[in-house]
Amino acid sequence: MARIQSAPAAGRETETSRPAAAGARAPRSRRRRVRKAVELTVLLVPSTALFIGFVIVPMIFAAWYSLYNWSGFGPLNDFVGAANYTGVLTGPVFHQALLHNVIIAVLSLVIQLPISIGLALLLNRRVRGRTFLRLAVFTPFVLSEATAAVMWYELLQPGGPVDAFLKALGLGGLIHYWLASTALVLYSIFVVATWKYIGFGIVLLLAGLQGIPPELREAAAIDGATPWQATRAITLPLLGPTIRIWIFLSVIGSLQLFDLVWIMTLGGPANASSTMLTYQYTNGVQRTEFGYGATVSVVLFVISLVFALAYQRFALRRDTAGAVTRAVI
Amino acid sequence: MRGSRKPVIVATAVAAALTIAACSSSGSSSGSSSTSSTSASASSSAKVTLTWWNNGNTQPLLGVWDSVAAAFHASHPNVTISVVPIQSDLFTTKMPIALKSDSPPDIFQQWGGGQEATQFTSGKLANLSSLASSWIGELGAAAAGWQVNGAQYGIPYDQHVVGFWYRTDLFQRAGISSPPTTIAQLESDDVKLKAAGITPIALGGGSRWPDAFFWEYFAVRECSESVLQSSIKAINMNAPCFSKATTDLTAFMATNPFQGGFNATQAQTGAGSSAGLLANGKAAMELQGDWETSVIPALTSNKNILSDLGWFPFPQVPGGAGAPTAVLSGGDGFSCTTGAPEPACAEFLQYIDSTPVQEELVQKGEVGLPANSTAQSVLTNPALLAAAKAHSTAAYDAEYFDIAFPTNQGQALDTALADFFAGKGSNSTIINSVSSSSGH
Repeated sequence: MARIQSAPAAGRETETSRPAAAGARAPRSRRRRVRKAVELTVLLVPSTALFIGFVIVPMIFAAWYSLYNWSGFGPLNDFVGAANYTGVLTGPVFHQALLHNVIIAVLSLVIQLPISIGLALLLNRRVRGRTFLRLAVFTPFVLSEATAAVMWYELLQPGGPVDAFLKALGLGGLIHYWLASTALVLYSIFVVATWKYIGFGIVLLLAGLQGIPPELREAAAIDGATPWQATRAITLPLLGPTIRIWIFLSVIGSLQLFDLVWIMTLGGPANASSTMLTYQYTNGVQRTEFGYGATVSVVLFVISLVFALAYQRFALRRDTAGAVTRAVI
Repeated sequence: MRGSRKPVIVATAVAAALTIAACSSSGSSSGSSSTSSTSASASSSAKVTLTWWNNGNTQPLLGVWDSVAAAFHASHPNVTISVVPIQSDLFTTKMPIALKSDSPPDIFQQWGGGQEATQFTSGKLANLSSLASSWIGELGAAAAGWQVNGAQYGIPYDQHVVGFWYRTDLFQRAGISSPPTTIAQLESDDVKLKAAGITPIALGGGSRWPDAFFWEYFAVRECSESVLQSSIKAINMNAPCFSKATTDLTAFMATNPFQGGFNATQAQTGAGSSAGLLANGKAAMELQGDWETSVIPALTSNKNILSDLGWFPFPQVPGGAGAPTAVLSGGDGFSCTTGAPEPACAEFLQYIDSTPVQEELVQKGEVGLPANSTAQSVLTNPALLAAAKAHSTAAYDAEYFDIAFPTNQGQALDTALADFFAGKGSNSTIINSVSSSSGH
């Protein structure tokens, strides 16, 4: 990047400085260097300071606390080494929570992604009321998680509006204890999460669709391609980068699921809807075992980081070429 | 956990969390901008500001605490109280951080017991024994729950007692003439209620702590006072009476006394909560604290709901070693921190326990059992009077176990009991929850 910028700059300088004495060039370039340094300082220092102060330093503290048995009160003096990590990584309750995160992530990919793509393709066409429909699917995403959780908690009450709706449709036999059944609760929460986040996926994919030149489909149509063939062979491949980014965001979001679950079920009944973060809150914060809680945070961080790096390396490599890799091919 | 006793809709709790961040920072800044927030006598001319973190974040308590702070300032012009209302559950996370910092609040909400003992290890709790020695005796035995190692590190402003709240109209409809006094009678009343198409008992299992009341009351009935006290002190529930409590509970649960899906029902949020079910006549009873009267009116459109409620103590368990009249209890109070200006802080807590303030708290329906028993004279609700009588005539009090144990073990017990109610776990997971260090 530096080279690209400096080449024309050097060219300009040669032109403009030709009549001037050679000695005048030095202060000008020094001034430019100073200006660049000031610019970099002004632009980078605040964000770097915030990043270090609010991301890096707390992470270091969390890693440090995770080596202690610490209630949050009094000094850090009960060093336990890796004992907290052994406790987290061998605990069946944590395994259960991790499994729930994985289930949510997999369900997101298998269910949310096709729905998002389908609705985005539909909403990208000129249909009557398109603006309204776009607004309608996006609205849940604008709601805060807490509001959505309280709302759905009320809707899913035994004998509540959802049950009444099913009954009115003659589907009374489908009524269950949506949040009280240990077999169902995780899937009930997944439905709510889908309702909440589907709009985000659709808007992201719509933006991706806007970037696909319509001429490509038109050319395919002239060549005799059916709409389905054009979608499969042109639209979906060109939507690839957007889909890959959505998958990335969705998996990271699934690993960090907390608000919806906590407000609707506290991770219960009997951990049936627990996630790594509800486990962290229950065992770290509520029990004032902050050393143990920090350990869970570190484990969650490592899991997310490993996924993020692996995904960047293997899935997003082409999409982000030039941003995280050196060569632009 | 009686921290959750306010009827708080979670959305407002979250909103509160956001505004509190602003409130607390303004509170502490006003504290530091005062001429002195270090030790100074209230009677001296130095002006001091005390930051007061309390859980009165909804009306009417919000207004009561504001007026109490203003009235105290009027009589002590040099002392300003900066009121910072905080939703109850947030104290769990805010207090450890605050007590670790150099500027904790001067006064904060305190529920006593093992939780206070856990906070005591921060070294930031002020010993109020000598400052309160002239008047603490008026509170009687209530103040003992706020002591650590025999010294007063917190002072209660009210007491709580857990018992059965019931709908007198629904009992009548089911043909029950008087409340049950034994578990067998309770079970036969449940049958009558079910026959009349009424859910016998509402349970807020989704909030976890209401589950614990049942098992704890069976334990209070099965265990003698000395076994209870020594077990809490030793953080060990291996005494056989605790296992008998599990047996009793198992048998009781087998009669299906609770509403369907109780594992997901919250205790106090909305009409679908356990308190809401009682308020709206969807269930006949709920085992809850005396704070029920401050929770229920907001959950129903029935303006006369309080007159439809009755109260009876947890029934007797035949053959148990515990006193049949013993009650599960607790209370609310406040602690001062070591940096708080004294005697201003202790004087303020004394003022909160003074008869006029206590009477106002009772009249506003915020306090059922005032710490200052003189104020009980203004109690009029018959159900609350029954609860107050059961409390004052109890052979002894047993503090809710999750508060009596240190926070870690108390919460572990609540979780183990909630799992048991959801059909996961056993007697040994309950018993071992407090003693096994790897109970995560």
